[in-house]
Amino acid sequence: METVQLICIGCPMGCPMTVTLENGVVTSVTGNTCKRGDIYARKEVTAPTRIVTSTVRVTGSQTGAVTVPCKTKTDLPKGDIFRCMRALTGVTAKAPVHIGDVLAANIAGTGVDIVATKDVL
Amino acid sequence: MYDVLIIGAGVTGCAVARWLARYDVRVCVLDREEDVCCGTSKANSAIAHAGFDARHGTKMAQFNVRGSEMMESVAKELDFSYNRCGSLVVCLSEDDLDRLEALYENGVKNGVKGLEIIDRARLRELEPNVSDDAVAALWAPTGAILCPFEMTLAFAENAAENGTEFFFDTEVRSIAREQDGWRVETNNGTFYARALVNAAGVYADVIHNAVCETKIHITPRRGDYVLLDHAAQGFVRHTVFQLPGKLGKGVLVSPTVHGNVIVGPTAIDVEDREGTNTTAEGIATLMQKALLSVKNLPLRQTITSFAGLRAHEDGSEFLIGESAPDFFDCAGIESPGLSSAPAIGEYLSERIASRYGYGARKEYRATRRGILDPKTLSKEEWNALIEKEPAYGQIICRCESVTEGEIIDAIRRPLGAKSLDGVKRRTRAGMGRCQAGFCSPRVMEILARERNVPLESITKNGKGSELIVGTTKDAYAEANDEA
Amino acid sequence: MKHDLIILGGGPAGLAAAIAAYDAGLKDILIVERDKELGGILNQCIHNGFGLHTFSEELTGPEYAARFIEGVKAREIPYLLNTMALHVSRDKMVTLINRTDGIQTVEAKAIIFAMGCRERSRGALNIPGYRPAGIYSAGTAQRLVNIEGFLPGREVVILGSGDIGLIMARRLTLEGAKVKVVAELMPYSGGLKRNIVQCLDDYGIPLKLSHTVVDIRGKKRVEGVTIAAVDANNRPIPGTEEDYTCDTLLLSCGLIPENELSREMGVAINPVTNGPTVNESLETSIPGVFAAGNVLHVHDLVDFVSEEAAAAGRAAAAYVRQGDAKRHEIPVRFEGGVRYTVPSTIDPSFVQDAVTVRFRVGSVMKNRIVSVWMDGERAQKKRRQIMAPGEMEEIKLTRAQFDAHPALSELLIRIEEA
Repeated sequence: METVQLICIGCPMGCPMTVTLENGVVTSVTGNTCKRGDIYARKEVTAPTRIVTSTVRVTGSQTGAVTVPCKTKTDLPKGDIFRCMRALTGVTAKAPVHIGDVLAANIAGTGVDIVATKDVL
Repeated sequence: MYDVLIIGAGVTGCAVARWLARYDVRVCVLDREEDVCCGTSKANSAIAHAGFDARHGTKMAQFNVRGSEMMESVAKELDFSYNRCGSLVVCLSEDDLDRLEALYENGVKNGVKGLEIIDRARLRELEPNVSDDAVAALWAPTGAILCPFEMTLAFAENAAENGTEFFFDTEVRSIAREQDGWRVETNNGTFYARALVNAAGVYADVIHNAVCETKIHITPRRGDYVLLDHAAQGFVRHTVFQLPGKLGKGVLVSPTVHGNVIVGPTAIDVEDREGTNTTAEGIATLMQKALLSVKNLPLRQTITSFAGLRAHEDGSEFLIGESAPDFFDCAGIESPGLSSAPAIGEYLSERIASRYGYGARKEYRATRRGILDPKTLSKEEWNALIEKEPAYGQIICRCESVTEGEIIDAIRRPLGAKSLDGVKRRTRAGMGRCQAGFCSPRVMEILARERNVPLESITKNGKGSELIVGTTKDAYAEANDEA
Repeated sequence: MKHDLIILGGGPAGLAAAIAAYDAGLKDILIVERDKELGGILNQCIHNGFGLHTFSEELTGPEYAARFIEGVKAREIPYLLNTMALHVSRDKMVTLINRTDGIQTVEAKAIIFAMGCRERSRGALNIPGYRPAGIYSAGTAQRLVNIEGFLPGREVVILGSGDIGLIMARRLTLEGAKVKVVAELMPYSGGLKRNIVQCLDDYGIPLKLSHTVVDIRGKKRVEGVTIAAVDANNRPIPGTEEDYTCDTLLLSCGLIPENELSREMGVAINPVTNGPTVNESLETSIPGVFAAGNVLHVHDLVDFVSEEAAAAGRAAAAYVRQGDAKRHEIPVRFEGGVRYTVPSTIDPSFVQDAVTVRFRVGSVMKNRIVSVWMDGERAQKKRRQIMAPGEMEEIKLTRAQFDAHPALSELLIRIEEA
């Protein structure tokens, strides 16, 4: 049996929650005030993921932009964040870029694409 | 070989250079910092004192009164901000009235014109927000405010236009007597000169003692200040001093030429000649004292606090003149140094010229134009300017409404700005209520573009004060490859 | 030149106001933006979390802005970029400056202030110490990192746990800097819980509540700062000082609505919000002059900025249609820990379906009821498990409630024990 302490991010209450796991399976969530806490806790202890946002270099912009903001198209396992950041140092986009354009496919072998979040002309 | 080498590009060194430029001499000015006006000259009360305070018979009194007399016409000639708003020394206790009288007497003896002791009623008329405790005041209509950055730059630029050479980032390492003058070793090469002028501010004792038999000692005396937002403009109309009395030496509350209110200074002796750090106690004391003379002063509108160091010589007197053969001191120049600068420049340049028999410079240009502030133009004139130079239509500093045109001028003119602080002192970009939060990335870009250098090399105030460490992606790759 | 409506600011508030005014039938609109593109501060907020309320999805700042920019472009609403308003006169003459048109004065029938806010600077905070390079407000650092692509420093201490500070802690960490600590003067964070967890906890960055910076070292570039605990009066406690070596100090210590133009124009300012006082139509003390977004009061979520600004846009359109009207304002009184309300007065005859009253509380409060009293009668109540100064509250007063009190003279919002 293993317990994990979490603070719920659902609302400003910030309920301190205790999650109990048995062989990696959540057996109980306590301390939450509402259902949202329970859902968050189960996901967070078993498979925490994050959207990563950053920028990559861009060349050839008419407006003089030097970076284009980007994000992972879907959640990335928390543990892959820094591998993703390292890989982004080697990515250069070419203007024009549009929102949603894939700037780097399968970044660092994570299976997740990096997409532009802003039009850069 | 220079005729005269001036150590220190503060207001005194630049004043000597400016007035020396009237003569047919080859002059250079050295400074350890990256720009003029980086030491005592940049952090002070920004006042041209009337001259009643310095003890009668002292050089301080003599130079102050003369400087005060000269200032208005010098400001016109060299185009820097100056406003003879008058000053008041407020007496906060009946017990101190004799001291106020003594100050008046001293001022009259010094030759200050227009001095008057005024009563409570007249004082309130002149200064409605003065403390209810104020019983009387010394009114000095010749007291004035000015911009110390603009003034020092004006002296320096005018000297440069007349041929004076400036060497920045140049620190004196040693001084040796040669047959016909001096050899000055620096981190930036060796300089030879017939005569030396020591205008080294808080380092003036170090320079003096390297050359002269009689030693002097300078204590850096720190003064903390706070500056209030334009929103406080008009809260005081004159420079309001407190009469030194039972409560010790007071602080002043004064309008500035740019529409702020300045409060200060403290007087704290420190050891570090670059110890310009403010302290919580210093600022707290300052604010407390300010409220003694000006009631309800809106101190919540503080936009910045800063500290400067005065070069206090043990004798509390200016040391000006030829202290050793061919070695001219301007040492111990603390308050009223700013007020005295033109007079010191005038006096010392005449001494040097007569000592060596220098004649007048042909084609001497006595005037200089400052950076054009389009806000002083009519709408039509400003529009015509924008048509010619579109950069005057691009506001870079929102708080002070500074245009790109002014910033470009500040960078391109003689002794142009190289750093954020250099631009700030010349144009006021970054001096407003947001304290450069908005404009600093933009000014950095303009500096990099105009000087054709990478952005990474742009500094706040010279080498070692770089603002960024590189691009995010390069910095990341670098750091992780090292690891 | 003349326009029915001039909107000062092309950020989220200005864009939403323009679209709503247009859709309410006002076609002659001009948006004035001082930056080189529309979108305002959202352009540098490249993190996600925007738009949950408006679009039911999590967008990044630029993506959120793009939706509104597209809306403005689709309606062909004119806008000026790189243009500053230098002055706004009481009779709604707006003086603009830019490179191509020079200085021009434009007359407006209605004006919406949407200038946003600025960050509190180091000077305004009176932090003692040296004044070297490497002290940035969080927003300035955000611009440098996210738009210019520059890293301001490698070892960072952050003062203030407002959302921008928290977001920047994560951004700088991701971009390779080491964020050593976030110090917060108050005993609670001003930022969203979610940001504390995902920006600090995720990366093991400590948050020290009731702490402040008491010294900054370094004559040229920041070399270190000293942090100390503070007592209940926010005074540093001697003996609690801790030194941190760092080359950068980031300040995230509050935002101040940018009301210099409004003040100069003579608009009445609420000393609590530092924004204009407004009525139910988000109209300032000068008829036909409206305000919305962070220039009015600082928001936590852009969704509410958009919503508020749209209301201002509709009100401005109605004003242009109808002109000055006779008004009967009822002050919105408040008790029980409310710090301010927006609006601060309501004329019920101007309320269409409902009016949203937004407010903040002064301290963390648990298990309360927000009550609205109309002429001494409780018109509605809303249970709140927790309220915190960092999270804006809102309550909607409906047409029906006003209709139930036709002779309304007293309106009170009160927080009560549950």
